[in-house]
Order: sequence, then structure tokens, then C-alpha cells
Amino acid sequence: MASGVLVYADHREGSVLAGTKEALGAARRLADQIGGPVSAALIGNGVAGLAQELIQSGADTVYVADAPALDKYTNATYLPALDAIVSQADPAVVLFSKSLVTLDLAPRFAFRRGVGLANDVIDLKVENGQVIASRPVYGGSAMAEVLPEGTPQMFTIRGKTQEPLTPDPSRQGNVVPVSVTVSEGPVKVIDQQKERASGPKLQDATRIVSGGRGIGEAKENWRQLEELAEVLGGAVGASRAAVDAGWVPTHMQIGLTGTTVSPDLYIAVAISGAVQHMAGCSGAKTIVAINKDPEAAIFKQARFGVEGDWKKIIPALTKELKAMM
Amino acid sequence: MNIIVCVKQVQDPETPASQFRVDEAAKKVIPPPGIPPTVNQYDANAIEAAVQLKEQHGGRITVISLGKDTARDAIKQALSMGCDAGLLIDDPAFEDADAYQTANVLAAAIKSVGDYDLILCGRQASDWDQAQVPQGLAELLGIPSVTPVAGIEVTGTTLRVKRLIEDGYEVLEVPMPALLAVSNEANQPRYPTLKGIMAAARAKVDVKSAADLGVNAVGRKVQLLRLYVPKVESQIEWITGETPEEQAANLARRLREERVI
Ligand SMILES: Cc1cc2nc3c(=O)[nH]c(=O)nc-3n(C[C@H](O)[C@H](O)[C@H](O)COP(=O)(O)OP(=O)(O)OC[C@H]3O[C@@H](n4cnc5c(N)ncnc54)[C@H](O)[C@@H]3O)c2cc1C
Ligand SMILES: Nc1ncnc2c1ncn2[C@@H]1O[C@H](COP(=O)(O)O)[C@@H](O)[C@H]1O
Repeated sequence: MASGVLVYADHREGSVLAGTKEALGAARRLADQIGGPVSAALIGNGVAGLAQELIQSGADTVYVADAPALDKYTNATYLPALDAIVSQADPAVVLFSKSLVTLDLAPRFAFRRGVGLANDVIDLKVENGQVIASRPVYGGSAMAEVLPEGTPQMFTIRGKTQEPLTPDPSRQGNVVPVSVTVSEGPVKVIDQQKERASGPKLQDATRIVSGGRGIGEAKENWRQLEELAEVLGGAVGASRAAVDAGWVPTHMQIGLTGTTVSPDLYIAVAISGAVQHMAGCSGAKTIVAINKDPEAAIFKQARFGVEGDWKKIIPALTKELKAMM
Repeated sequence: MNIIVCVKQVQDPETPASQFRVDEAAKKVIPPPGIPPTVNQYDANAIEAAVQLKEQHGGRITVISLGKDTARDAIKQALSMGCDAGLLIDDPAFEDADAYQTANVLAAAIKSVGDYDLILCGRQASDWDQAQVPQGLAELLGIPSVTPVAGIEVTGTTLRVKRLIEDGYEVLEVPMPALLAVSNEANQPRYPTLKGIMAAARAKVDVKSAADLGVNAVGRKVQLLRLYVPKVESQIEWITGETPEEQAANLARRLREERVI
């Protein structure tokens, strides 16, 4: 009978993503209630070395599908590999952490298996041996509690919503190679372009200064946010309005369809606070909002509110903090 | 090129929090009075992508929507932007369809339309934010799929697709027929021209029920147990001052006092 929880091990450039470790933490807590082992599905080319890290983060067994044809992710090649692993591990629950890979992979896999999937969940609980998830809907205006049916039950978890375990180098686990015959799929990856600037990555930053539509097009304006972020040792993010306008690259977008962040300090500058934006930053410990409109929704969720023109406030704040830090 | 675009009509995603209500007993969202439903934003990007491909390569675009009678407006908007034909699947049995039910009906509708080279969807519908229907549809139809898509080019029978990755994007070669789920990075949807609006007003939208398509109300795969509006308790402290400099100084001081910095 199906038992335990399997986590899809998402990785990039030889590193396990933080979200995967969060999912392993969640898997451990679920497995304590529903019984069975925590396992991980590790798929790629030359990735077997990551198995130990997954065990340290909570996996009892790591199933590894390692093959040259799995070098670059495409759903056509990864689906059969994941299918083989799920058949072998026979879990009651499969967890993915939300990323641009799992967004593509998880729904297709759920349909292949003919089971229910709940995407972008922020909370998981067990009732009568089944897992029930909370997921924000309507951008975050409402919350739904859902029960995906079938075996395994599948969930994609929003980043920064689950605690990872403290990595334990002495943890023991099994590594099980899974042989899959993957031929090159119909889809070919022919190029990859990175647009990321230097500086700390958004999801790792403990302090974030984020700009919205009110910042405008001028490079000099964004430079001012960067300067404040530098003083704070943090990173700069943006709303979708700023990304859509082409002022900043997509990877800076924070929100429902951008990065999820949970810094200690989030300074939202000229951002109105739409639910879809707050979906990505409401986990911040302290939110500061700077906005000229006192009615802006952002003030309902901020700890500190500054009503005013950012053009006057930000340079003064940067100066003030420079002197202080 | 035969292109199919799947378009969903949704409650306006900019509905202010003060007007957003749910009926907890019925587990339904109550449509806000005076705020008309709109075309899902990403679907407008999918429509725009389809029209651009038609302009470059010729062909025909069929718009399909599963929804209530009002979804006719969403189809008309797509027609006014340059799509050619519309099919509305209106069936009360599917009013609260989940991703599995939706994809099943859409798959049947697509088969009823005939040959296609490309199916375009939005990456996510802004009501239930499921982000599942496109990939599910592709799986049911057994064709390659990519999400989220930031750009599409066609050379012969192959698509060159820009797919978003965390740090930028990658370029994929995808054989047709295929399904692509379009993200807002792909384009800026056009405003319909007056000529387009008039043509769309005259155009006839086919309406079918699920039974017409030979689909019965297959069971849900995801049960909705509870729906509610989360409470946000405002705990704001306003930072005041005679001048912006004073406000900035007061903010810095408060952040230090609270050990945020
Ligand atoms: C399905 C879906 C997904 C989405 N995903 C995301 C997402 O991931 N991330 C995201 O951010 N959005 C997302 N959105 C968009 C979201 O709904 C909002 O449209 C967007 O967040 C608005 O950005 P903004 O606050 O910068 O712009 P606006 O709402 O236009 O707000 C600009 C603010 O700047 C203030 N301002 C202007 N000038 C000044 C000044 N000089 N000084 C001080 N304040 C000033 C104004 O008072 C206003 O409050 C999504 C929408 C949908 C439908
Ligand atoms: N009822 C529907 N009618 C037509 N297309 C839909 C419907 N539901 C979802 N889609 C398509 O699938 C995409 C993703 O929807 P979802 O998986 O519900 O988030 C949408 O952007 C549409 O392109």
C-alpha cells in the first residue's frame, strides 16, 4: 500500500534549491502523522552527488535517475523519470516546491497519473489520514482549503512557507538508483540567457527595497533604490507594473507570479499593495511602506507607513541610515 | 497555421479588497456588483501572441471558452482583436469545474474544432490561480507543452519558444502541434480597432454544452472544503514629521528601536 511522502528534488547548476529543503521539512512533519518514509526524487545528469544533501535535510531514501538525456530539464524527458520513481517508491503524497520547473512539471505529471494536485499551497495538515492544503485563491483575496484526490495526493508548496530541518550530517539514508530509458524528447533546449545582476539574490536577501510603478522609468530613480539597498546590505525587487513597463528585468519581480521573499525588512516604495504583490512578500517580518497615497492598500499590511513622495524620502533615509550603520 | 486560444472570463483581478466577498456556506465568490468580469490577463497575452503569428504566417484562430453566457463577451473581445471564430461551452454542470474537469471539456472541444498546429493558453487564470489546465490539456491531447512562455517564433513546422527560467530565459525548439502557456512578458495586448469591434459584434459565437461534445460531468479531482476571506489586522504605525527629512530620520530611529536594523 502507498505510504510516506516523496519530495521532488529541484536543483539548478549543481545545487539543491532552498524550496526543496523546505518541502523535505514539510514531508517529515506529514510523514510523522501519516506514517511511512520520506523519500526524494532526484533527476538529472551527474546529480547523484546531491543525494547526501537531501538525506541531511530529511530524506530517508533518495531515488536517483541520472542520465545524459536528463541534462537539461524538459517535461518530456523528466516525466517518464519521475513516473518510474513514483512507481517504485509508491508514496501516499508527492510534494513539489513551487518553481519555474515544477510549475511546468507537476500539473502534467498529476494528469498523467490521473490524480488531483493543489498548486501554490501555503499550509498542509492531516485529517483522517489524508492531507488537506490551504491555498490562496483570487490572487490572495480569499483562502481555500482543498483535498486533492487519488493516490498519491500531490501538492506544490509556495516558497518560504515551510521550515526546513536543520541539516544533520550524521543522518543516514539509502540511495537507490532508478534506471530509466530516456530518449531525447521532442523539445530541445538550444540556448540559455541569464539576466541576473550581481548582488545578493532576492530570495536569500534579509533586507529588500522594492520599487513599483511610482518609481518611473529613469535609471537614476532605480539607482536610488539600489543605493538604499546597498546601505542595508540587501537587494532590490520590484512590482510587476515596473517589470511590465520594462524598467527592470523579470527576475526582480516579487509576488504571486514572481519570487516569494520573507526578509526581515521589506521596504515597499511606490507600490500600491495589490493582493498579487503581497502574495510574494507578506511573510516579511517588518514591512515599511512609502507611498504618497494614504489610502493605498499597502498601508493595511505595513508595520510602518510613511506618507509622502519617495523622491524626497528615500535620499534622506539613505543618508540617515548611512550615518547610523 | 491553425491556432486555438483558450480564454477564460474571470472576476476583475483588481477588485478592491473592500468589495471582495465570499459565500462561505456555498463556497463561492460573490461577484462584486458594478465590476464587470474581464478576460483573464494572461489570456489576452495568448490572444495577442496568436494574432501576431497569424499576421506573420497567415492562418485561422479559434477561441474556446468554458464559462457562463457572459463569457461570450470574452470571446467577442478576442474576435475584436483579430481572432476568427469562437466557441463557448456553456454548461451548468461545469460551473465550478476544477482543472481536471475543465481540461477534459476543453480537450473535447478542441477535438471537435478539428486540426490545429498550436494551442495557446494563459499561464494561469487569476480567479482560482490553479495553473494546471494548460499542462493538463496537453497531457490529455498527448502533445508537447511549455510554460511559462515569454516569446514565440515559427520556422516551418517548428516553434522557437522563449521559456522563463529563474535567472532569465531559455530558448526551446518545439515541434508542432504543441501547447504553449503564455506569460505577460510575451507581449502587450493590443486594443481592438473600431473595425474589429464591429466585426466581432456581427460574428456568431457557437455555443455547445458538454453533452454536445460527448463529455459527461467527470468527477472532480480536487475537493473544495472551505473558502473564506483571510482577516488582515492592520497594525500600522504612521511615521510623521514636519519635513521628508524628519520623516526619514524618525523611520530610521524606529527601525533601530525595534531592532529591525
Ligand atoms: C494573475 C496575476 C498575477 C500577478 N502577479 C503579480 C506579481 O507577481 N507581482 C506583482 O507585483 N504584481 C502582480 N500582479 C499585478 C498586480 O495586480 C498589480 O497590478 C501590481 O502589483 C501593481 O504594481 P504597483 O503597485 O507598482 O503599481 P500601482 O498599483 O500603479 O501603484 C503605484 C503606487 O505608487 C504610488 N506612487 C506614485 N508616485 C509616487 C511617489 N512619487 N511617491 C510615493 N508613492 C508614489 C501610488 O500612490 C500607487 O500606490 C498580478 C496580477 C494578476 C492578475
Ligand atoms: N474555463 C476555461 N475556458 C477556457 N480556457 C480556460 C478555462 N480555464 C482555464 N483555461 C485556460 O487555462 C489557463 C490556465 O488556467 P488555470 O489552470 O485554471 O489557472 C487559462 O489562462 C486559460 O488559457
